Amino acid sequence: MTIHFVVHDEGDSVGVVVVEGLKATNRINGWIMDQDKMIDFDAKSDIPIGHKLAVKPIKAGDAIIKYGVDIGKAIADIAPGEHLHVHNVKTKRW
Amino acid sequence: MGINLKDASFEGWRRENGRMGVRNYVLILPVDDISNAAAEGVARNIQGCLAIPHAYGRLQFGADLDLHFRTIIGTGGNPNVAAVVVIGIEPGWTGKVAEGIAATGKPVEAFSIEQNGDINTIAAASRAAYRMVRHATGLKRTRAPLQDLWVSTKCGESDTTSGLASCPTVGNSFDKLWENGNTLVFGETSEITGGEHLVAARCKTPEIRAEFMRMFDRYQAVIEANKTSDLSESQPTKGNIEGGLTTIEEKALGNIQKIGKKCTVDGVLDKAEMPTHPGLWFMDSSSAAAEMVTLCAASGFAVHTFPTGQGNVIGNPIVPVIKLTANPRTMRTMSEHVDVDVTGLLQKTMNMDDAGEALLDCILRTADGQHTAAEILGHREFSLTRLYESA
Repeated sequence: MTIHFVVHDEGDSVGVVVVEGLKATNRINGWIMDQDKMIDFDAKSDIPIGHKLAVKPIKAGDAIIKYGVDIGKAIADIAPGEHLHVHNVKTKRW
Repeated sequence: MGINLKDASFEGWRRENGRMGVRNYVLILPVDDISNAAAEGVARNIQGCLAIPHAYGRLQFGADLDLHFRTIIGTGGNPNVAAVVVIGIEPGWTGKVAEGIAATGKPVEAFSIEQNGDINTIAAASRAAYRMVRHATGLKRTRAPLQDLWVSTKCGESDTTSGLASCPTVGNSFDKLWENGNTLVFGETSEITGGEHLVAARCKTPEIRAEFMRMFDRYQAVIEANKTSDLSESQPTKGNIEGGLTTIEEKALGNIQKIGKKCTVDGVLDKAEMPTHPGLWFMDSSSAAAEMVTLCAASGFAVHTFPTGQGNVIGNPIVPVIKLTANPRTMRTMSEHVDVDVTGLLQKTMNMDDAGEALLDCILRTADGQHTAAEILGHREFSLTRLYESA
């Protein structure tokens, strides 16, 4: 079974796409690395390899959690399966 | 697989000061930018030596000049170098560099250009280089325990696969090398932003933690004083963002996977300073690949491990740079730059211990003389860090 995205920890709000050419219409498999668990749901955006998707509902202003640590803040609402990157998340530093 | 590190060994060159090198260069080392042409002239005359031109060395002062000397002297003193011809525009600073390198006990000769001109300087320096190549190529390799190998790390053109897989692979091997008593270093001060609390928690003593935080805070102050934006496209770089990294915090958390889970931070170094005991060291340093690897080489490290996501192509003139990636697109499009393929980690066809062992195996093969991708492709980036303007 192809793993389409990987999540570091089950508390994280994002996963990383690890295949090329992922389309919004795809049913996708995710591997939660630290707990070694599989999850699946629908992609809602075309997402390039290496880019992130939300795996939980996120509201504007929410902290984005990856590696179990705060990596920045959402500047828009983001639904599970949507592309999450510089257009909807910003650093809290600098 | 299953390398027993306590019994592992490699064949390199035991230098006069006891350090083990894995390459055997005769270096033609310019003290300053205007001596590059003479240094390159010598390297054209004499086969088997290597000139390493660079952009600086004139009218520097204070801490910036100290760093220049430390980097140039450290490069010549690196155990991967058998002997050095130093060339500078005038005899004062040229002699200072030669003396610094000679403290390691290796053969060094100094030449200056004023009152001689390039042609006479090249002739005299070529004769010295000729003798040194004779000397160096006559030296025999000797076997040494793995713990005599100094290994550095820095990642580049990182993406999200770096933090998921290639940086943790270095972390896995660093945990094993650290337990084995090796001397290790990591750095990239700005690229710890967002994970500084995690590195601080790994510092072995309160004194080391305070010194680490002082270096971290100093670097943050430089960024705060000079920034014109949130640094997006510089840190993270345009390539990092293309690869899916969104914020500096995310990049930092991936970066610090390289120090594994067990290692403690056993000491901190200023740029191009040399470790004084085994263990894992933090070096205050730029996050730019060529600058950081140049500083590691100047600190005496003999092999470098370099995880990449999007495909940084860096090498170093005197230190073999081992690259690893977990990004399948990078493997598909530019595999000639990659020494260790860990893409299997992301499809569960490889586990982290296997990946760490594959990297350790590559480190040992490289130490024994196998060339890295960067060496074969001729990557010799030698980039000096500057602290501020020249006088």
